[in-house]
Formats: sequence, structure tokens, C-alpha cells
Amino acid sequence: MPTSETVTSPKAADQVTGLDALELGPKADKGALAGRVWRSAWPKLLAITIAVLAWQAVVWAQWKPEYLLPGPGAVLTELLDIVSTPDFWSGVQLTLTRALSGFVLAVVIGTVVGVAVSRFAPLRAAIGSLITGLQTMPSVMWFPLAILLFQISESAILFVVVIGAAPSVANGLISGIDYVPRTWLRVGQVLGLKGVAKYRHLILPAALPSFISGLKQGWAFSWRSLMAGELLLTVPGALSIGVRMQNARDLVDAQAVLSYIIVVLIIGIIIDALFNVADNAARKRWGLISN
Amino acid sequence: MSNTVVTIDDVSKQYGSGSSALLALDHVSLEVRQGEFVCLLGASGCGKSTLLSLVAGLDKISSGTLDIGGKKVSLMFQEAALFPWLSVAGNVELPLRLQGLGKAERRKRAQELLEIVRLAGFGDKRPHELSGGMRQRVALARALAQNADILLMDEPFGALDAMTRDILHDELERIWREQDLTVLFVTHNVREAVRLGDRVILLSSRPGRVLEDFAITHPRPRRIDSPEVSGQAAEITDRLRAEVARHAN
Repeated sequence: MPTSETVTSPKAADQVTGLDALELGPKADKGALAGRVWRSAWPKLLAITIAVLAWQAVVWAQWKPEYLLPGPGAVLTELLDIVSTPDFWSGVQLTLTRALSGFVLAVVIGTVVGVAVSRFAPLRAAIGSLITGLQTMPSVMWFPLAILLFQISESAILFVVVIGAAPSVANGLISGIDYVPRTWLRVGQVLGLKGVAKYRHLILPAALPSFISGLKQGWAFSWRSLMAGELLLTVPGALSIGVRMQNARDLVDAQAVLSYIIVVLIIGIIIDALFNVADNAARKRWGLISN
Repeated sequence: MSNTVVTIDDVSKQYGSGSSALLALDHVSLEVRQGEFVCLLGASGCGKSTLLSLVAGLDKISSGTLDIGGKKVSLMFQEAALFPWLSVAGNVELPLRLQGLGKAERRKRAQELLEIVRLAGFGDKRPHELSGGMRQRVALARALAQNADILLMDEPFGALDAMTRDILHDELERIWREQDLTVLFVTHNVREAVRLGDRVILLSSRPGRVLEDFAITHPRPRRIDSPEVSGQAAEITDRLRAEVARHAN
């Protein structure tokens, strides 16, 4: 019986480790933190500069009177004024609370529906395409029904936010589950994964990147639905961002209208950035994008 | 020392039925003894992967009997198919976790297994940070974690470059001996089969039948480029070519 050492020289262990070291190659240097921040920041700063300049140019061209279309300087002053009042922040809080509670509810419903549809073939045949149909439905279309069902109330707004976002969440999960690579499923079989354990250790983690994309899209839909809702439905006593904007329009306060547009834009960008962080973290972990 | 662990007796496997039926395996009989390294060799359509799936219990046989005497099997593929959401150690720990091992025990055992495949320092890495050869070794560690007596390998080194494959042959041979495994190894590479196998089973194509059972008696360790391995590989290749040519008309 020969010994376990099958190669005479050099040592087998050295050959293996040497090959590993060669294949992995040297580590790339990412550069200093300040440099990285600057590289990611300057295109955004440039974009803002271009937008502001274009806006200013339109104002200077006197396309509309200044009380209808004020310049960036005047709006910025108004914006700083608005954000320095605690009243404004309670409006932001109200709007974000609505958005978040609607979104969370949509995620719960979308996830349950998504898992159910991908598990049971008859259910998929029955409502699979309905979900896609709902996704393309403009959420404003739901308001008349929501008002009939819930009157002008928080529930009406919540209803529209949820029905706008849940299909995207469900669809993201369904396509994630559908496209779990066959080789992973085979490994799952070999490891004896079944039932709940299969979902826990294989299907759900494998579907995560697609699920996050669904969440991101769902958020975008719920945010849009909410803004439409706040402009259309004024729930008595609730001074949300949308209502404040509507009031500003009624008072022909263009500076305030533009300020609120900027506020909504900034909130949208911040939340999108948060989703991107989660999305990139998952993709990086999965090896879908390189570091 | 000739106790049989895999008995394949007159096994046929048919996919579909009626006129579209495809006969993948036709009355295949084969015995594998404890600790044996058996290579299954054949051209496309010989049903070698089908045979592995049957032994692994992933698929049902159409007729005949297949007995593995209650032994545990594990299966490796051409792709390492590691789970990217788990670290390298996490992938190796998964089968241990499914066996109900505690956290500390799992960690210790996974570390041992990674040492066996010479990847002790890579437990915290992500699969995509490793090279193809390293990923296959992690997949081997994961297979070993299943405590399998029989290791089924479906062209495990098919996607690797020649140098890496050569080194992994040595590694697999070492681990096979150390762990006292029985290996059923599918390949279409004749030299690889002669390099590794105690026996090389040549299968015919469409349907798969056992054509010939070559005993490889050259002493180990063997080199894939040695005259003995090349000579016997040439003999088997001629037989394989004759079988492929039979399908010309």
C-alpha cells in the first residue's frame, strides 16, 4: 500500500497552496477614503449644479413672472425658513409614518402572497398574471374606490399605498424563487433539504437579491401613491407634506410649492440611497458584483 | 476485503413514455466494492450522469435493482454550486447543521474538513473570492461533511485548467485513501479515468450499456503523463472511438 503522499517533490501541500496564491492574485488597493468619497460625490454635485443653472436660466429668460416661477436663490431662502420650523418636521414625520406603515404592511402582504403563489401551482395560474396587472395599474385609479370604502381617512390613504406596493414586493419574491439556479436546487436535494428547511436554507436566501429589488420598486410605488393621496385627500387635522403643498398652491405661494417639491425629492433620494446600500451589500455578498 | 457496497443489477432507466420515450440506461449491471475508486467513462448520451443520480437516490429506476446497503452517499457536480450567501465555512457547516450538530461542534468539524482540503485559512472568505479549483475543494469538504461512505462525482474537474486538475487528482487520491471512501467518478476524459481509477467502466451511448470493465493495476501514485497511463488510455480511447463511430449512420 503506497503512502498517502502521492507526489515526490515538491511537497503536495506546497503545490496546492502555491497554486491558490497564484490564482487569487494580489489584492487591489481601493485608495484613500477621501478620494473614494470625492469620486462618488462629484458627479452628483455636477448634476445639481447643472439643474440649478438651467432653472436660473429659465427664470432669467422671464418665461413666467417671478411670483409664479421664482429663482433658486429665493426658493432656497424659503426652504431654509420652512425647515427651521418644528411644525414642518411634524409634517415630515406624519408623511413618513404613513409611508412606512403602508410599506411595511405591503411587504408583509406581498411576501405572504409571493410565497403562496410560488408554492402552489393552481394559485399561480389563477393570480400570477393578476399580480403583474395590478403592478401596471396607476395608483391614482384606486382613490375613488378607497374613498367609497373608507371615506376620507387615513385608512383610505393606507389602502392605496398598500395596493400600489404589494404587487411589486410579491413579484420580486416570485421571480427570485423562480430563478433559483438549478444546480443549487440539486445541491439542496443532495443535502436532503425539504419543506421548511429548504425555504430557510436555500430558497429564501437565494431569492434575496430579487426580493430586495422588489422592495425597492415597491417603495417607489408606495411613495408615489402616498404623494398622490396626500394631494387628493385632506384628512382633517393632518398637515402632511402633500397638504402643506396644496395649501401653498391655494395661496399662490410658488416659493413654498417648489420648496416642498425639493423636500419630497430629497426624501426620495435618501431612501433610494438606503435601498441601494442594502442592494449592493447583498449583491456583493452573493458575488454578483465585484468589490 | 471484497465486500460490495454498491450493487447495480440489471438496471434500466427510461425517461418519458410512448414514442417520445428515451432509454438512458439499458440493463446495466455493476458492482462496486468498499474503498474502490471506479471511473465511469463514455461519450455523450451514455447515461453516466443518470447512473449517478440513480445511485444518489435523486431519481427512480425504471427496472432492475439498485442496492447501496443503507450507506450514505454524497454527490458533487462540475460546478461547485456553493451557496453565495454563506461563507466558505458556512457552506461546509450546512450539512452538519442539518445533522443537528451544535454550533461549537460544527465550527470545529468544518475547520477540520477545511484542513483536509488544505483551505484552513479561507473559512471566512466568500465563495466568489476563491478560484474554481478552490471552490471545488470546498464542495468536496461539504460533501465530506455529509459523512458519506460513497462519494459520487459528476465530472468534478471538467471546468478546470489542466494544471489545477492535475493537482486536484493528487488531492482527491490522498483524501480518498485517508477517508476510506468509495468513489464513483464520472468523466469523459480517458486519461483522467486511468490516472484515478482502480477500474474504468466504459459505457456505450444511447442507450447506456456496460461495454467493458478495465482493471487499472498500475501502482499508485500515478502520473497522468506517465507512459503506463498514456498506454492504457490509448487502448481505451480506441474502444471509445469505435463506439462513437457506431453512431455515424
